Amino acid sequence: MIMINKIAENIYELPIGHKAGMRVPGRIFVSEELLKMVEPGTIDQVANVATLPGIVKYSMAMPDAHLGYGFPIGGVAAFRQEGGIISPGGVGFDINCGVRLLRSDLEAKTAAPLISALIDSLFQAVPSGLGATGRLRATEKQLTEAFVAGAKWAVEDGYGVKADLEHCEEEGHMKGADPSQVSLKARKRGRPQLGTLGSGNHFLEIQRVEEIFDQAVAERFGLFPGQITVMIHCGSRGAGHQICTDHLEVLGKAVRKYNIDIPDRQLACAPLGTPEAEHYFGAMVCAANYAWANRQVISHWTREVFDKYFGNPKLDLVYDVAHNVAKIEEHSIDGSKEALYVHRKGATRAFGPSREEVPAAYKDVGQPVLIPGSMGTPSYVLCGKDQASDLTFGSACHGAGRIMSRSQALKRFAGKEVKAALSRGGIVVRSTSPAMLAEEAPQVYKPSHEVVEVVHRLGIATKVAKLVPLGVSKG
Amino acid sequence: MKAFEYLEHTADVKFRAYGRDPVEMLENAALALMNTMADISSVRLKESWSTELEAADLEHLAYDWLSELIFLSETEAALFSSFQIKLEQNQQWRLAVDLYGEKIDLGRHAFKNAVKAVTWHEFQVKKNEMWCMQVVLDV
Repeated sequence: MIMINKIAENIYELPIGHKAGMRVPGRIFVSEELLKMVEPGTIDQVANVATLPGIVKYSMAMPDAHLGYGFPIGGVAAFRQEGGIISPGGVGFDINCGVRLLRSDLEAKTAAPLISALIDSLFQAVPSGLGATGRLRATEKQLTEAFVAGAKWAVEDGYGVKADLEHCEEEGHMKGADPSQVSLKARKRGRPQLGTLGSGNHFLEIQRVEEIFDQAVAERFGLFPGQITVMIHCGSRGAGHQICTDHLEVLGKAVRKYNIDIPDRQLACAPLGTPEAEHYFGAMVCAANYAWANRQVISHWTREVFDKYFGNPKLDLVYDVAHNVAKIEEHSIDGSKEALYVHRKGATRAFGPSREEVPAAYKDVGQPVLIPGSMGTPSYVLCGKDQASDLTFGSACHGAGRIMSRSQALKRFAGKEVKAALSRGGIVVRSTSPAMLAEEAPQVYKPSHEVVEVVHRLGIATKVAKLVPLGVSKG
Repeated sequence: MKAFEYLEHTADVKFRAYGRDPVEMLENAALALMNTMADISSVRLKESWSTELEAADLEHLAYDWLSELIFLSETEAALFSSFQIKLEQNQQWRLAVDLYGEKIDLGRHAFKNAVKAVTWHEFQVKKNEMWCMQVVLDV
């Protein structure tokens, strides 16, 4: 029997006594309905994270929380520099998997007859699926530049404009990259894949703004009803996956060297300030920057396709968020400011207007928080609030969250039927794999509106706009 | 004896692979991994590759073996469906493998999932009546 106490509406606490070694309680931010969907394994993973040294306040789970490995998906935890740790288990293999949103000046009614052709062209222009290699053919030098300078490198190399960087988390490149900590194996996987979407839940989607909840903020974000937007969801590809694999081995040894008790080997970690911790951080930043470069290059190719169809339409970046990453951020602990290592694994930053990290264009309202739906369900744009800093270290959910396993989905759905059902709903889908469509059927995810509603009601981030899919290109 | 079976996991792929000895278990685990990526019955034995690995214990060797398979499949753009495995134990565990398969051809191979990595979450190698290894893959 799991004892979970309701603290307030949409906030539940997992007491320290739940598992031996817990240093702080767990906090799960869900509605009563969503709590019923949280698997016992997920709650166990929240408890596991709570045992890690130097954890501050709570081991947290966002409203889309579900079973992961190491941290749960939707897991957020912050660690003190003194006595704290860094763990790839709190970041994941797909370092800086994230989402970006582009806004056009096109109306859906103009674009509607062309969606099918447009998706075909995007499916061609942006390589995806198994064995996909980029059109980029990056050199070793370009790869290193992508590791160090991320989207900034891509823009300087002609893939985009300076304004893209001004509308991107970390301006598209985190500081602290150390390419000497990236193995030859990671380079070998990453180099041909720069400029590829990947597969699984990654996608490139054409959307229509269906509803505006907050007119003033929507205007600031450049969104209006009936507008065509493009959402890109992908990460650091094989480079990030290999960097995580390589450093897990080192950190697995570090756990023994520094005598740290961990309840799950995926939570391998090292005390902050040790060489092992610094090496992982330096390599992780390289992968994070690679992912921003990747999304930037894909945006450029998307613009090229739009240019062919619509002349020279606007396709400006609204924002780009990382949802698998560890960052050094200042937060207020017991009244004083402290620099913490905040891990977000399947969680999006949701900073309000008082944070200096929010781009100048959004300084007075807060950052855009992008919450993708599944293939058939709406995505949401929210606006980060200062209140989130106290509640969740400035974090929100990252998507709808899965509810059904891939094997169950394959038993229940056929790819062809999923595609036909989406098509009846007016959504065009292109994929390299019918099985993938079954595994990613809309029904395998929690209802996105319910997850978003919890974030809104808690005041972590408030709803600005609802975007519905018109066409999707998947791996 | 089942070669391998898939278990329930909300977001990722979890499987158990079995064998009468560690070699057979490692072979079946490799098949379970490749079968996560594509229908292995469609993979012809047209080319061969080889690799060698070394680790302090069988568990780490098993983990490294599956990670190496992902690396090889991705960098060679190939799918494998047959393995000749030699396993030695002195002070270290050593694995020498010949892999057989072919280059990925999406026109012929029914693609299922790209596998990102092998996780350590609930990773297990044990021997009861049979050798068994449990794996959660990040997909």
